[in-house]
Amino acid sequence: MTGTEVTLAEICVVACAEAWRGDGALVASPMGLIPTLGARLAQLTFEPDLLITDGEATLVAPAGPREGEQPDDQPDAGRVTEGWLPFRQVFTMLAAGRRHVMMGASQLDQFGNQNISCIGDWARPKAQLLGVRGAPGNTVNHPVSYWLPRHTRRVLVDQVDMVSGVGYNRAAGLGGRAAKFHELRRVVTNLAVLDFGGPDHSMRLRSVHPGVTVSDVAEATGFLLAAPYQVPQTRLPTAAELALIRDHLDPQSHRDQELA
Amino acid sequence: MPTDAGAAGKVMTLGEIIGELRSGMTIGIGGWGSRRKPMALVRALAASRLSDFTIVSYGGPDVGLLVAAGKVRRVVTGFVSLDSIPLEPHFRQARQRGAIELTELDEGMLHWGLLAAAHRLPFLPMRAGLGSDVLRVNPNLRKVRSPYADGEEFVAVPALTLDAAFVHMNRADARGNGQYLGPDPYFDDLYCLAAERAYLSCERIVPTSALVTAGPLQSLLVNRAMVTGVVETPNGAHFTSCVPDYDRDEAFQARYARSAASPEAWEDFRAAFLSDGEDGYQAAVARFSAGAVDPAGAAEARA
Repeated sequence: MTGTEVTLAEICVVACAEAWRGDGALVASPMGLIPTLGARLAQLTFEPDLLITDGEATLVAPAGPREGEQPDDQPDAGRVTEGWLPFRQVFTMLAAGRRHVMMGASQLDQFGNQNISCIGDWARPKAQLLGVRGAPGNTVNHPVSYWLPRHTRRVLVDQVDMVSGVGYNRAAGLGGRAAKFHELRRVVTNLAVLDFGGPDHSMRLRSVHPGVTVSDVAEATGFLLAAPYQVPQTRLPTAAELALIRDHLDPQSHRDQELA
Repeated sequence: MPTDAGAAGKVMTLGEIIGELRSGMTIGIGGWGSRRKPMALVRALAASRLSDFTIVSYGGPDVGLLVAAGKVRRVVTGFVSLDSIPLEPHFRQARQRGAIELTELDEGMLHWGLLAAAHRLPFLPMRAGLGSDVLRVNPNLRKVRSPYADGEEFVAVPALTLDAAFVHMNRADARGNGQYLGPDPYFDDLYCLAAERAYLSCERIVPTSALVTAGPLQSLLVNRAMVTGVVETPNGAHFTSCVPDYDRDEAFQARYARSAASPEAWEDFRAAFLSDGEDGYQAAVARFSAGAVDPAGAAEARA
Protein backbone atom coordinates (compact mmCIF):
# COMPACT_ATOMS: atom_id res chain seq x y z
CA MET A 1 0.00 0.00 0.00
CA THR A 2 2.86 2.39 0.69
CA GLY A 3 3.75 4.52 -2.27
CA THR A 4 0.21 5.73 -2.92
CA GLU A 5 -0.60 9.35 -2.21
CA VAL A 6 -0.90 10.48 1.39
CA THR A 7 -4.54 11.02 2.38
CA LEU A 8 -6.06 13.79 4.48
CA ALA A 9 -7.00 11.22 7.11
CA GLU A 10 -3.36 10.12 7.39
CA ILE A 11 -2.19 13.72 7.77
CA CYS A 12 -4.79 14.19 10.52
CA VAL A 13 -3.71 10.98 12.30
CA VAL A 14 -0.16 12.28 12.48
CA ALA A 15 -1.31 15.78 13.53
CA CYS A 16 -3.31 14.16 16.35
CA ALA A 17 -0.34 11.99 17.34
CA GLU A 18 1.76 15.15 17.68
CA ALA A 19 -0.61 16.42 20.39
CA TRP A 20 0.82 13.83 22.79
CA ARG A 21 4.50 14.49 21.96
CA GLY A 22 6.47 14.97 25.14
CA ASP A 23 3.76 13.68 27.47
CA GLY A 24 5.62 10.61 28.72
CA ALA A 25 3.71 8.25 30.99
CA LEU A 26 0.25 9.88 30.81
CA VAL A 27 -3.03 8.20 29.95
CA ALA A 28 -3.91 9.27 26.41
CA SER A 29 -7.70 9.32 26.05
CA PRO A 30 -8.66 9.82 22.41
CA MET A 31 -12.32 10.29 21.45
CA GLY A 32 -12.96 9.20 17.87
CA LEU A 33 -11.08 6.97 15.45
CA ILE A 34 -8.52 9.41 14.02
CA PRO A 35 -7.41 10.56 17.49
CA THR A 36 -7.25 6.88 18.56
CA LEU A 37 -5.01 6.05 15.62
CA GLY A 38 -2.97 9.14 16.46
CA ALA A 39 -2.46 8.12 20.08
CA ARG A 40 -1.50 4.59 19.08
CA LEU A 41 0.87 5.91 16.43
CA ALA A 42 2.52 8.20 19.00
CA GLN A 43 2.82 5.24 21.38
CA LEU A 44 4.39 3.10 18.65
CA THR A 45 6.91 5.75 17.63
CA PHE A 46 8.02 8.92 19.42
CA GLU A 47 6.03 8.62 22.68
CA PRO A 48 6.40 4.97 23.77
CA ASP A 49 5.58 5.65 27.42
CA LEU A 50 1.96 6.74 26.72
CA LEU A 51 -0.78 4.61 28.30
CA ILE A 52 -3.78 3.72 26.13
CA THR A 53 -6.92 1.69 26.82
CA ASP A 54 -8.80 -0.65 24.52
CA GLY A 55 -11.78 1.71 24.74
CA GLU A 56 -12.98 0.05 27.91
CA ALA A 57 -11.08 -0.80 31.07
CA THR A 58 -7.95 -2.56 29.79
CA LEU A 59 -4.64 -0.77 29.29
CA VAL A 60 -2.90 -2.18 26.24
CA ALA A 61 0.66 -1.60 25.10
CA PRO A 62 2.49 -2.60 21.95
CA ALA A 63 4.47 -5.77 22.43
CA GLY A 64 5.47 -5.97 18.81
CA PRO A 65 6.72 -3.63 16.15
CA ARG A 66 8.38 -0.35 16.99
CA GLU A 67 9.54 2.11 14.39
CA GLY A 68 11.91 0.46 11.96
CA GLU A 69 10.73 -3.04 12.71
CA GLN A 70 8.57 -5.10 10.44
CA PRO A 71 4.93 -4.20 11.17
CA ASP A 72 2.43 -6.92 11.82
CA ASP A 73 -0.53 -7.66 9.55
CA GLN A 74 -2.92 -8.11 12.45
CA PRO A 75 -3.95 -4.80 13.98
CA ASP A 76 -4.19 -6.26 17.47
CA ALA A 77 -1.38 -8.76 17.26
CA GLY A 78 1.56 -7.75 19.31
CA ARG A 79 -0.50 -5.90 21.88
CA VAL A 80 -0.14 -6.80 25.48
CA THR A 81 -2.38 -6.06 28.46
CA GLU A 82 -0.41 -3.94 30.90
CA GLY A 83 -3.05 -2.72 33.32
CA TRP A 84 -6.59 -2.06 34.44
CA LEU A 85 -8.32 1.30 34.16
CA PRO A 86 -12.01 1.12 35.08
CA PHE A 87 -13.94 4.39 35.07
CA ARG A 88 -13.40 5.00 38.78
CA GLN A 89 -9.64 4.85 38.16
CA VAL A 90 -9.96 7.09 35.09
CA PHE A 91 -11.54 9.70 37.36
CA THR A 92 -8.71 9.36 39.86
CA MET A 93 -5.99 9.58 37.19
CA LEU A 94 -7.82 12.58 35.74
CA ALA A 95 -7.89 14.41 39.09
CA ALA A 96 -4.24 13.50 39.60
CA GLY A 97 -3.42 15.17 36.28
CA ARG A 98 -1.98 11.98 34.76
CA ARG A 99 -4.05 12.18 31.58
CA HIS A 100 -4.28 14.07 28.28
CA VAL A 101 -7.60 13.73 26.50
CA MET A 102 -8.47 14.62 22.93
CA MET A 103 -12.20 15.36 22.82
CA GLY A 104 -14.57 16.37 20.07
CA ALA A 105 -16.61 19.57 20.11
CA SER A 106 -19.99 20.46 18.70
CA GLN A 107 -18.98 24.09 19.27
CA LEU A 108 -15.60 25.61 20.16
CA ASP A 109 -14.90 29.32 20.65
CA GLN A 110 -11.85 31.55 20.29
CA PHE A 111 -10.61 30.84 23.83
CA GLY A 112 -11.35 27.12 23.72
CA ASN A 113 -14.68 26.99 25.51
CA GLN A 114 -16.21 23.76 24.23
CA ASN A 115 -19.80 22.55 23.99
CA ILE A 116 -20.90 18.91 23.67
CA SER A 117 -24.05 19.30 25.75
CA CYS A 118 -26.82 20.88 23.66
CA ILE A 119 -27.57 23.47 20.99
CA GLY A 120 -29.84 26.37 21.83
CA ASP A 121 -31.29 27.33 25.20
CA TRP A 122 -30.25 24.76 27.80
CA ALA A 123 -33.68 24.83 29.48
CA ARG A 124 -35.28 23.50 26.32
CA PRO A 125 -32.61 22.85 23.72
CA LYS A 126 -33.11 22.90 19.99
CA ALA A 127 -30.84 19.85 19.88
CA GLN A 128 -29.91 17.75 22.89
CA LEU A 129 -26.41 16.36 22.38
CA LEU A 130 -24.29 14.14 24.63
CA GLY A 131 -24.31 16.16 27.82
CA VAL A 132 -21.23 17.73 29.39
CA ARG A 133 -19.72 14.27 30.07
CA GLY A 134 -16.29 14.67 31.69
CA ALA A 135 -15.40 17.91 29.91
CA PRO A 136 -15.74 20.26 32.91
CA GLY A 137 -13.43 18.13 35.05
CA ASN A 138 -10.99 17.28 32.27
CA THR A 139 -10.32 20.89 31.39
CA VAL A 140 -9.49 22.08 34.92
CA ASN A 141 -7.34 19.08 35.77
CA HIS A 142 -5.08 18.09 32.89
CA PRO A 143 -4.09 18.81 29.26
CA VAL A 144 -6.90 18.71 26.72
CA SER A 145 -6.78 18.78 22.92
CA TYR A 146 -9.61 18.82 20.41
CA TRP A 147 -10.33 16.97 17.17
CA LEU A 148 -12.81 18.60 14.78
CA PRO A 149 -13.41 16.54 11.63
CA ARG A 150 -15.55 19.35 10.17
CA HIS A 151 -13.97 22.78 10.46
CA THR A 152 -16.90 25.14 9.81
CA ARG A 153 -18.43 28.32 11.21
CA ARG A 154 -21.10 26.17 12.84
CA VAL A 155 -18.42 24.47 14.94
CA LEU A 156 -15.85 27.25 15.44
CA VAL A 157 -18.23 29.85 16.80
CA ASP A 158 -18.15 33.25 18.44
CA GLN A 159 -19.93 31.94 21.53
CA VAL A 160 -20.85 28.40 22.58
CA ASP A 161 -24.35 27.63 23.87
CA MET A 162 -23.28 25.59 26.93
CA VAL A 163 -19.73 25.66 28.26
CA SER A 164 -18.84 22.02 28.86
CA GLY A 165 -15.05 22.23 28.51
CA VAL A 166 -13.52 25.38 30.03
CA GLY A 167 -11.63 27.85 27.84
CA TYR A 168 -8.70 30.11 28.72
CA ASN A 169 -10.74 33.26 29.43
CA ARG A 170 -12.85 31.44 32.02
CA ALA A 171 -9.91 29.49 33.47
CA ALA A 172 -8.01 32.76 34.04
CA GLY A 173 -10.76 33.88 36.42
CA LEU A 174 -10.55 30.74 38.55
CA GLY A 175 -7.25 31.36 40.28
CA GLY A 176 -5.79 28.59 42.41
CA ARG A 177 -4.69 25.35 40.95
CA ALA A 178 -7.64 24.98 38.56
CA ALA A 179 -6.11 27.79 36.45
CA LYS A 180 -2.65 26.27 36.82
CA PHE A 181 -3.77 22.79 35.72
CA HIS A 182 -5.80 24.15 32.80
CA GLU A 183 -4.04 23.62 29.47
CA LEU A 184 -5.54 23.37 26.01
CA ARG A 185 -2.76 21.85 23.96
CA ARG A 186 -3.87 21.81 20.33
CA VAL A 187 -6.82 21.67 17.97
CA VAL A 188 -6.63 19.42 14.93
CA THR A 189 -9.25 19.89 12.21
CA ASN A 190 -9.76 18.63 8.68
CA LEU A 191 -8.20 21.91 7.47
CA ALA A 192 -5.48 22.86 9.91
CA VAL A 193 -3.65 22.55 13.21
CA LEU A 194 -4.25 25.30 15.77
CA ASP A 195 -3.20 26.14 19.31
CA PHE A 196 -3.94 28.85 21.87
CA GLY A 197 -0.78 30.91 21.39
CA GLY A 198 -2.66 34.01 20.18
CA PRO A 199 -3.22 37.18 22.25
CA ASP A 200 -4.67 36.34 25.70
CA HIS A 201 -4.49 32.62 24.82
CA SER A 202 -6.80 33.00 21.84
CA MET A 203 -6.80 30.42 19.08
CA ARG A 204 -3.91 30.66 16.63
CA LEU A 205 -3.29 28.96 13.32
CA ARG A 206 -0.23 26.74 13.52
CA SER A 207 -0.25 25.01 10.14
CA VAL A 208 -2.54 24.32 7.22
CA HIS A 209 -2.95 20.90 5.64
CA PRO A 210 -1.71 20.47 2.05
CA GLY A 211 -4.00 22.18 -0.45
CA VAL A 212 -5.61 24.40 2.22
CA THR A 213 -4.93 28.15 2.29
CA VAL A 214 -4.93 30.49 5.27
CA SER A 215 -7.98 32.25 3.85
CA ASP A 216 -9.80 28.89 3.54
CA VAL A 217 -9.31 28.45 7.28
CA ALA A 218 -10.29 32.05 8.12
CA GLU A 219 -13.39 31.65 5.95
CA ALA A 220 -14.44 28.50 7.84
CA THR A 221 -13.87 30.05 11.28
CA GLY A 222 -16.54 32.08 13.09
CA PHE A 223 -14.10 34.37 14.91
CA LEU A 224 -10.90 36.26 14.19
CA LEU A 225 -8.05 33.79 14.14
CA ALA A 226 -4.52 34.79 15.13
CA ALA A 227 -1.90 33.67 12.63
CA PRO A 228 1.83 34.18 12.15
CA TYR A 229 3.03 36.02 9.04
CA GLN A 230 4.06 32.77 7.43
CA VAL A 231 1.86 29.75 8.13
CA PRO A 232 3.69 26.49 7.45
CA GLN A 233 2.16 23.36 6.00
CA THR A 234 1.19 20.56 8.41
CA ARG A 235 3.95 17.98 8.41
CA LEU A 236 3.41 14.90 6.27
CA PRO A 237 3.63 11.39 7.68
CA THR A 238 7.01 9.74 7.40
CA ALA A 239 7.29 6.53 5.40
CA ALA A 240 7.51 4.57 8.66
CA GLU A 241 4.41 6.30 10.04
CA LEU A 242 2.49 5.60 6.86
CA ALA A 243 3.43 1.95 7.00
CA LEU A 244 2.26 1.71 10.60
CA ILE A 245 -1.06 3.44 9.85
CA ARG A 246 -1.78 1.50 6.66
CA ASP A 247 -0.48 -1.94 7.44
CA HIS A 248 -0.73 -2.18 11.20
CA LEU A 249 -3.14 0.27 12.85
CA ASP A 250 -5.96 0.59 10.32
CA PRO A 251 -5.53 -1.80 7.38
CA GLN A 252 -9.26 -1.51 6.51
CA SER A 253 -8.98 2.30 6.13
CA HIS A 254 -11.84 3.06 8.51
CA ARG A 255 -10.10 6.41 9.07
CA ASP A 256 -11.44 7.84 5.82
CA GLN A 257 -15.04 7.50 7.03
CA GLU A 258 -14.50 9.95 9.87
CA LEU A 259 -13.85 12.68 7.31
CA ALA A 260 -16.63 11.67 4.93
CA MET B 1 -25.81 -19.61 61.05
CA PRO B 2 -27.81 -19.04 57.89
CA THR B 3 -27.14 -21.24 54.92
CA ASP B 4 -27.38 -20.32 51.23
CA ALA B 5 -31.09 -20.89 51.05
CA GLY B 6 -31.70 -20.16 54.69
CA ALA B 7 -33.60 -17.55 56.61
CA ALA B 8 -31.19 -14.80 55.59
CA GLY B 9 -32.09 -15.26 51.90
CA LYS B 10 -33.10 -12.03 50.18
CA VAL B 11 -34.50 -13.50 47.00
CA MET B 12 -37.47 -11.53 45.72
CA THR B 13 -39.50 -11.34 42.55
CA LEU B 14 -39.46 -8.30 40.27
CA GLY B 15 -43.02 -7.61 41.38
CA GLU B 16 -42.12 -7.73 45.06
CA ILE B 17 -39.27 -5.26 44.47
CA ILE B 18 -41.44 -2.81 42.55
CA GLY B 19 -43.99 -3.21 45.34
CA GLU B 20 -41.52 -1.70 47.82
CA LEU B 21 -41.18 1.49 45.75
CA ARG B 22 -43.32 4.63 45.68
CA SER B 23 -43.98 7.32 43.11
CA GLY B 24 -41.70 10.33 43.37
CA MET B 25 -38.71 8.39 44.71
CA THR B 26 -35.10 9.08 43.71
CA ILE B 27 -33.74 5.93 42.11
CA GLY B 28 -30.11 5.30 41.18
CA ILE B 29 -29.39 2.88 38.36
CA GLY B 30 -25.97 1.20 38.06
CA GLY B 31 -23.99 0.30 34.96
CA TRP B 32 -22.76 2.82 32.40
CA GLY B 33 -24.33 3.96 29.11
CA SER B 34 -25.50 0.78 27.40
CA ARG B 35 -23.41 -1.52 29.61
CA ARG B 36 -24.58 -3.89 32.37
CA LYS B 37 -27.80 -2.02 33.07
CA PRO B 38 -30.41 -3.67 35.34
CA MET B 39 -32.90 -3.60 32.48
CA ALA B 40 -35.29 -6.25 33.86
CA LEU B 41 -35.84 -4.03 36.91
CA VAL B 42 -36.11 -0.98 34.64
CA ARG B 43 -38.69 -2.75 32.46
CA ALA B 44 -40.67 -3.73 35.55
CA LEU B 45 -40.61 -0.13 36.76
CA ALA B 46 -41.66 1.11 33.31
CA ALA B 47 -44.62 -1.28 33.35
CA SER B 48 -45.69 -0.32 36.88
CA ARG B 49 -48.33 2.21 37.95
CA LEU B 50 -45.64 4.30 39.66
CA SER B 51 -44.24 7.52 38.19
CA ASP B 52 -42.63 10.91 38.89
CA PHE B 53 -39.16 9.49 39.55
CA THR B 54 -35.85 11.26 39.81
CA ILE B 55 -33.34 8.99 38.07
CA VAL B 56 -29.62 9.17 38.91
CA SER B 57 -27.59 7.36 36.27
CA TYR B 58 -24.64 7.25 33.92
CA GLY B 59 -27.45 7.20 31.46
CA GLY B 60 -28.27 4.72 28.74
CA PRO B 61 -31.45 2.98 27.67
CA ASP B 62 -32.49 2.77 31.34
CA VAL B 63 -33.11 6.51 31.25
CA GLY B 64 -34.54 6.43 27.72
CA LEU B 65 -36.99 3.63 28.42
CA LEU B 66 -38.30 5.19 31.63
CA VAL B 67 -38.59 8.60 29.96
CA ALA B 68 -40.47 7.07 27.02
CA ALA B 69 -42.81 5.32 29.45
CA GLY B 70 -43.58 8.66 31.11
CA LYS B 71 -42.10 7.70 34.47
CA VAL B 72 -39.49 10.40 34.88
CA ARG B 73 -39.72 13.87 36.34
CA ARG B 74 -35.99 14.60 36.56
CA VAL B 75 -32.76 13.02 35.34
CA VAL B 76 -29.47 13.53 37.20
CA THR B 77 -26.61 12.67 34.86
CA GLY B 78 -23.53 13.69 32.89
CA PHE B 79 -24.68 12.03 29.68
CA VAL B 80 -27.30 9.70 28.22
CA SER B 81 -25.93 7.51 25.44
CA LEU B 82 -26.39 4.11 23.85
CA ASP B 83 -22.60 3.93 23.15
CA SER B 84 -22.80 2.54 19.61
CA ILE B 85 -25.65 5.03 19.02
CA PRO B 86 -24.16 8.15 20.63
CA LEU B 87 -27.38 10.04 21.40
CA GLU B 88 -30.21 8.33 23.33
CA PRO B 89 -33.22 9.19 21.15
CA HIS B 90 -35.98 9.13 23.80
CA PHE B 91 -34.00 11.28 26.22
CA ARG B 92 -33.13 13.62 23.39
CA GLN B 93 -36.74 14.10 22.36
CA ALA B 94 -37.96 14.58 25.91
CA ARG B 95 -35.36 17.29 26.45
CA GLN B 96 -36.26 19.01 23.20
CA ARG B 97 -39.96 18.92 24.12
CA GLY B 98 -39.20 20.25 27.59
CA ALA B 99 -40.89 17.16 29.02
CA ILE B 100 -38.32 16.37 31.73
CA GLU B 101 -36.17 18.28 34.19
CA LEU B 102 -32.41 17.79 34.12
CA THR B 103 -29.61 18.09 36.65
CA GLU B 104 -26.62 18.09 34.34
CA LEU B 105 -23.37 17.26 36.12
CA ASP B 106 -19.83 16.43 35.12
CA GLU B 107 -19.34 12.61 35.11
CA GLY B 108 -16.89 12.85 37.99
CA MET B 109 -19.33 14.97 40.00
CA LEU B 110 -21.86 12.15 39.80
CA HIS B 111 -19.24 9.76 41.22
CA TRP B 112 -18.42 12.27 43.96
CA GLY B 113 -22.10 12.78 44.82
CA LEU B 114 -22.60 9.01 45.19
CA LEU B 115 -19.43 8.72 47.26
CA ALA B 116 -20.59 11.56 49.53
CA ALA B 117 -23.96 9.86 49.98
CA ALA B 118 -22.32 6.49 50.66
CA HIS B 119 -20.07 8.13 53.28
CA ARG B 120 -23.03 10.04 54.77
CA LEU B 121 -21.34 13.36 54.03
CA PRO B 122 -23.38 16.39 52.89
CA PHE B 123 -20.90 17.14 50.10
CA LEU B 124 -17.41 16.50 48.80
CA PRO B 125 -15.16 19.22 47.35
CA MET B 126 -14.13 18.94 43.73
CA ARG B 127 -12.37 20.96 41.07
CA ALA B 128 -14.67 19.75 38.25
CA GLY B 129 -17.39 22.22 37.34
CA LEU B 130 -15.39 25.38 38.09
CA GLY B 131 -15.55 27.75 35.13
CA SER B 132 -18.12 25.65 33.27
CA ASP B 133 -21.82 26.22 32.68
CA VAL B 134 -22.60 23.30 34.99
CA LEU B 135 -22.68 25.98 37.70
CA ARG B 136 -24.95 28.21 35.59
CA VAL B 137 -27.56 25.51 34.95
CA ASN B 138 -27.43 24.21 38.53
CA PRO B 139 -27.92 27.41 40.57
CA ASN B 140 -28.23 25.34 43.75
CA LEU B 141 -24.62 24.15 43.51
CA ARG B 142 -22.45 25.89 46.08
CA LYS B 143 -18.73 26.46 46.32
CA VAL B 144 -16.56 25.82 49.36
CA ARG B 145 -13.17 27.25 50.31
CA SER B 146 -10.40 25.10 51.71
CA PRO B 147 -9.92 25.88 55.42
CA TYR B 148 -6.20 25.17 55.05
CA ALA B 149 -3.38 27.47 53.98
CA ASP B 150 -4.02 26.98 50.26
CA GLY B 151 -7.47 28.64 50.53
CA GLU B 152 -8.48 27.08 47.21
CA GLU B 153 -12.09 27.24 46.11
CA PHE B 154 -13.99 24.12 45.02
CA VAL B 155 -17.42 23.02 43.96
CA ALA B 156 -19.20 21.43 46.94
CA VAL B 157 -20.75 18.43 45.18
CA PRO B 158 -23.88 17.57 47.18
CA ALA B 159 -24.54 13.99 48.26
CA LEU B 160 -26.74 12.10 45.80
CA THR B 161 -28.74 10.22 48.40
CA LEU B 162 -31.04 7.64 46.84
CA ASP B 163 -34.29 6.13 47.99
CA ALA B 164 -33.52 3.00 45.99
CA ALA B 165 -30.76 1.60 43.78
CA PHE B 166 -30.91 -0.97 40.98
CA VAL B 167 -27.75 -2.81 39.91
CA HIS B 168 -27.16 -5.88 37.75
CA MET B 169 -24.42 -8.41 38.44
CA ASN B 170 -23.27 -11.49 36.57
CA ARG B 171 -23.61 -13.69 39.66
CA ALA B 172 -24.98 -13.36 43.16
CA ASP B 173 -25.91 -15.59 46.04
CA ALA B 174 -29.28 -15.62 47.75
CA ARG B 175 -27.95 -13.48 50.59
CA GLY B 176 -27.06 -10.53 48.38
CA ASN B 177 -23.37 -10.99 47.69
CA GLY B 178 -22.89 -9.83 44.10
CA GLN B 179 -20.15 -10.52 41.57
CA TYR B 180 -19.29 -8.77 38.30
CA LEU B 181 -17.25 -10.76 35.79
CA GLY B 182 -16.76 -8.07 33.13
CA PRO B 183 -13.98 -5.49 32.79
CA ASP B 184 -15.47 -2.64 34.83
CA PRO B 185 -17.31 -2.47 38.17
CA TYR B 186 -18.68 0.96 37.17
CA PHE B 187 -20.06 2.50 40.40
CA ASP B 188 -22.52 -0.19 41.40
CA ASP B 189 -21.22 -0.59 44.96
CA LEU B 190 -21.58 3.15 45.53
CA TYR B 191 -25.14 3.19 44.18
CA CYS B 192 -26.00 0.47 46.70
CA LEU B 193 -24.40 2.30 49.62
CA ALA B 194 -25.93 5.65 48.61
CA ALA B 195 -29.42 4.12 48.72
CA GLU B 196 -31.92 3.46 51.46
CA ARG B 197 -32.67 0.13 49.75
CA ALA B 198 -30.64 -1.57 47.06
CA TYR B 199 -31.96 -4.22 44.69
CA LEU B 200 -29.57 -6.49 42.87
CA SER B 201 -30.58 -8.41 39.77
CA CYS B 202 -28.23 -11.03 38.39
CA GLU B 203 -27.82 -13.51 35.57
CA ARG B 204 -27.67 -16.44 37.97
CA ILE B 205 -28.11 -16.99 41.67
CA VAL B 206 -25.47 -19.49 42.73
CA PRO B 207 -24.42 -21.05 46.03
CA THR B 208 -22.09 -18.74 47.95
CA SER B 209 -19.29 -21.24 47.54
CA ALA B 210 -19.56 -20.95 43.75
CA LEU B 211 -18.77 -17.22 43.74
CA VAL B 212 -15.09 -17.48 44.50
CA THR B 213 -14.59 -20.14 41.87
CA ALA B 214 -16.33 -18.05 39.18
CA GLY B 215 -13.89 -15.16 39.34
CA PRO B 216 -11.14 -13.50 41.34
CA LEU B 217 -11.82 -12.32 44.88
CA GLN B 218 -11.82 -8.73 43.62
CA SER B 219 -14.85 -9.48 41.44
CA LEU B 220 -17.03 -9.72 44.57
CA LEU B 221 -18.00 -6.05 44.29
CA VAL B 222 -21.21 -5.93 46.29
CA ASN B 223 -21.61 -7.56 49.68
CA ARG B 224 -24.80 -8.47 51.50
CA ALA B 225 -24.54 -5.51 53.89
CA MET B 226 -25.27 -3.30 50.90
CA VAL B 227 -28.25 -5.17 49.48
CA THR B 228 -31.96 -5.32 50.32
CA GLY B 229 -33.18 -7.80 47.75
CA VAL B 230 -31.89 -10.16 45.05
CA VAL B 231 -33.64 -11.32 41.92
CA GLU B 232 -32.44 -13.75 39.26
CA THR B 233 -33.14 -12.29 35.82
CA PRO B 234 -31.39 -14.31 33.08
CA ASN B 235 -30.59 -12.01 30.15
CA GLY B 236 -31.78 -9.29 32.51
CA ALA B 237 -29.34 -6.65 31.26
CA HIS B 238 -30.53 -7.17 27.68
CA PHE B 239 -30.08 -5.33 25.35
CA THR B 240 -27.11 -3.74 27.09
CA SER B 241 -23.85 -5.65 27.36
CA CYS B 242 -23.23 -8.04 30.24
CA VAL B 243 -19.89 -9.56 29.37
CA PRO B 244 -18.74 -12.28 29.64
CA ASP B 245 -22.32 -13.64 29.69
CA TYR B 246 -23.32 -11.70 26.55
CA ASP B 247 -22.48 -8.68 24.45
CA ARG B 248 -24.77 -5.79 23.65
CA ASP B 249 -27.57 -6.85 21.27
CA GLU B 250 -26.90 -4.22 18.61
CA ALA B 251 -29.73 -5.35 16.33
CA PHE B 252 -32.24 -5.08 19.13
CA GLN B 253 -30.79 -1.80 20.37
CA ALA B 254 -31.29 -0.39 16.87
CA ARG B 255 -34.89 -1.67 17.00
CA TYR B 256 -35.33 0.10 20.33
CA ALA B 257 -33.82 3.32 18.96
CA ARG B 258 -36.28 3.27 16.05
CA SER B 259 -39.13 3.26 18.55
CA ALA B 260 -38.38 6.95 19.16
CA ALA B 261 -39.39 7.84 15.60
CA SER B 262 -42.99 8.66 16.56
CA PRO B 263 -45.52 8.06 19.34
CA GLU B 264 -46.93 5.24 17.19
CA ALA B 265 -43.49 3.64 16.86
CA TRP B 266 -43.09 3.73 20.64
CA GLU B 267 -46.54 2.24 21.16
CA ASP B 268 -45.65 -0.55 18.71
CA PHE B 269 -42.44 -1.26 20.59
CA ARG B 270 -44.18 -1.15 23.95
CA ALA B 271 -46.95 -3.47 22.79
CA ALA B 272 -44.52 -5.92 21.19
CA PHE B 273 -41.97 -6.13 23.99
CA LEU B 274 -43.10 -4.48 27.23
CA SER B 275 -46.73 -5.49 27.67
CA ASP B 276 -46.32 -9.03 29.00
CA GLY B 277 -43.80 -8.98 31.84
CA GLU B 278 -40.17 -10.06 31.81
CA ASP B 279 -40.91 -13.58 30.53
CA GLY B 280 -42.97 -12.09 27.73
CA TYR B 281 -40.16 -9.68 26.93
CA GLN B 282 -37.58 -12.44 26.74
CA ALA B 283 -39.85 -14.55 24.54
CA ALA B 284 -40.48 -11.59 22.21
CA VAL B 285 -36.74 -10.91 22.04
CA ALA B 286 -36.10 -14.55 21.18
CA ARG B 287 -38.63 -14.30 18.34
CA PHE B 288 -37.09 -11.01 17.19
CA SER B 289 -33.61 -12.53 17.18
CA ALA B 290 -34.78 -15.60 15.31
CA GLY B 291 -36.08 -13.27 12.62
CA ALA B 292 -39.63 -14.33 13.30
CA VAL B 293 -42.44 -11.89 12.69
CA ASP B 294 -42.01 -8.83 14.84
CA PRO B 295 -45.55 -7.51 15.28
CA ALA B 296 -44.30 -3.94 15.67
CA GLY B 297 -42.02 -4.25 12.66
CA ALA B 298 -44.92 -5.60 10.68
CA ALA B 299 -47.02 -2.65 11.79
CA GLU B 300 -44.27 -0.31 10.68
CA ALA B 301 -44.13 -2.04 7.32
CA ARG B 302 -47.88 -1.57 6.88
CA ALA B 303 -47.76 2.09 7.88
